[in-house]
Amino acid sequence: MTYVPHTDADREAMLKAIGVRSVEELFADIPDSVRNPVLELPPPLSEMEVLAELREMSEGNADLDHYTCFLGAGAYNHFVPSVVDAVISRAEFYTAYTPYQPEISQGTLQTIYEYQSLVCGLTGMEVANASHYDGATALAEASLMAFEVSRRRKHKVIVAPDIHPEYRQVLRTYLRSTGLLLMGDEDPQAGLEDLAALIDGDTACVLVQNPNFFGELLPTDGDNGLSGLAHAVHEASGLLVVVVDPISLGLFKPPGEYGADIVVGEGQPLGNPISFGGPYLGLFACRDKYKRKMPGRLAGATMDTRGQRGFVLTLATREQHIRREKATSNICTNQALCALAAGVYLAVMGRRGLRQVAELCYHKAHYAARQINKLPGFEVQSDQFFREFVVRCPQPPVEINARLLERKIIGGYDLGREYPHLADCVLLCVTEMNTREQIDRLVAELAELS
Amino acid sequence: MRLDQKCRYNKTHEWIRVERCEALVGITDYAQDQLSNVVFVELPEIGDEFQQGDVFAVVESVKAASECYMPASGNIIALNEELLEAPELVNEEPCTRGWFVRIALDNPTEVDQLMDAQQYEAYVSRLVEEEGRQ
Repeated sequence: MTYVPHTDADREAMLKAIGVRSVEELFADIPDSVRNPVLELPPPLSEMEVLAELREMSEGNADLDHYTCFLGAGAYNHFVPSVVDAVISRAEFYTAYTPYQPEISQGTLQTIYEYQSLVCGLTGMEVANASHYDGATALAEASLMAFEVSRRRKHKVIVAPDIHPEYRQVLRTYLRSTGLLLMGDEDPQAGLEDLAALIDGDTACVLVQNPNFFGELLPTDGDNGLSGLAHAVHEASGLLVVVVDPISLGLFKPPGEYGADIVVGEGQPLGNPISFGGPYLGLFACRDKYKRKMPGRLAGATMDTRGQRGFVLTLATREQHIRREKATSNICTNQALCALAAGVYLAVMGRRGLRQVAELCYHKAHYAARQINKLPGFEVQSDQFFREFVVRCPQPPVEINARLLERKIIGGYDLGREYPHLADCVLLCVTEMNTREQIDRLVAELAELS
Repeated sequence: MRLDQKCRYNKTHEWIRVERCEALVGITDYAQDQLSNVVFVELPEIGDEFQQGDVFAVVESVKAASECYMPASGNIIALNEELLEAPELVNEEPCTRGWFVRIALDNPTEVDQLMDAQQYEAYVSRLVEEEGRQ
């Protein structure tokens, strides 16, 4: 049954009001030839035949069940324990919508609250929201939040050039019409001291990524490290925003310990498959004193009238459905199912499990780097890195990658695309999913090119 | 409705009470009643300067978050820090202990243009009447 709310009389009255004779007339600007073209579709197929055809099409993809992957650059191939899918496949979770009514949404609200708590523990922050669309939007929201924290008085957003290039693109799109001034990444080789030199009284925030886009771990301690940068931006009453790789936090110091005010990041590595690019989730956490300026949805723990612990969406007066154009953000939703997967992943792995994953990544990546560095013509450029590293190649990365792909290996990210000074460099990624045999096979393939 | 005869009133439901060249500013009894339970008041900083009509604070209740507008131009010389711990004072004693800020007035004659208690009372009863009609 189709439900059409307007009667013929309604439609006639509306057409009359705008002075149009028929509904068709409204589409007059679209040429006849493309308005209702005859689609050249094949004859109908049975379900069995459709499935066979779809399978054939999907097998044209280079998926990670059939290819070995050394590509990261923002999306990471990590193991997803079966329990993650088992939990998120429950109908209560995967069909649930916004839990505005706590009386019927305790389970969903509790999973959000636990996810938030885990993100706080991971980042060293005091409050985390229920997630954003992805790491890039979370970063853009963080800079808008810093602007709000400055009571809309500080207009400068200093962005490190070694933040993911696509994140910086999203940031530029977001900030285009806000009057905020984005700077710092004009020189692709600018370091922390160059960013610090840009800080002044008009600085709303400084954005950095650790490990950076090249997989390098930035120094955290001392005047020349991130804590020094945090100090400098705090002196100017601005905020330090750090983009993190959540897996790296299994092994390395959380940004809360080196002065970050807002921590964001791509949450995909936590229990979410690469899935050809999405859906992912944006991690977002901040200091307690800034929570009222935080964008997005927030679940809180409370007590019901019988004194029992319960969960509700809280501080909703910040949000768009209540505060309209004065809301902290235009985003009024979250990636609930992906956040649930991340929460289940963190709960299953625990502190020790996450550390183990991080250690495996670290050691395997360093093993791969050592082996590749031995090859004539190949030179590893990275020193302190986590699970990605830069390799200068004797041949154009495009050609190397094409050759690897023929051998069912997905090669690294071609850095020349975004960084001219790294024109012959690739960014290789190694995770716990890469076996020693796979790494040795990659090295052997590269050896043939050296 | 509690009204202080010594105060002047804004159409946006703030009161201002002049004491020599300084003045206290808060929100009216009618405003707090419309908002219901106040849970947080975001105050400006000492030294901040505002023109008449500028947003100087945000008051958050269980129902909404609303801007508060400066009834007269001036700069902030004191804040009611008690509100940070006890925002319910805005509901309990809106005209006294629930004050928001103390300002140094730029131009005390601005205050004279505002409504006095009788005019404000009439203004509010008109609003209530209109609401009743809708």
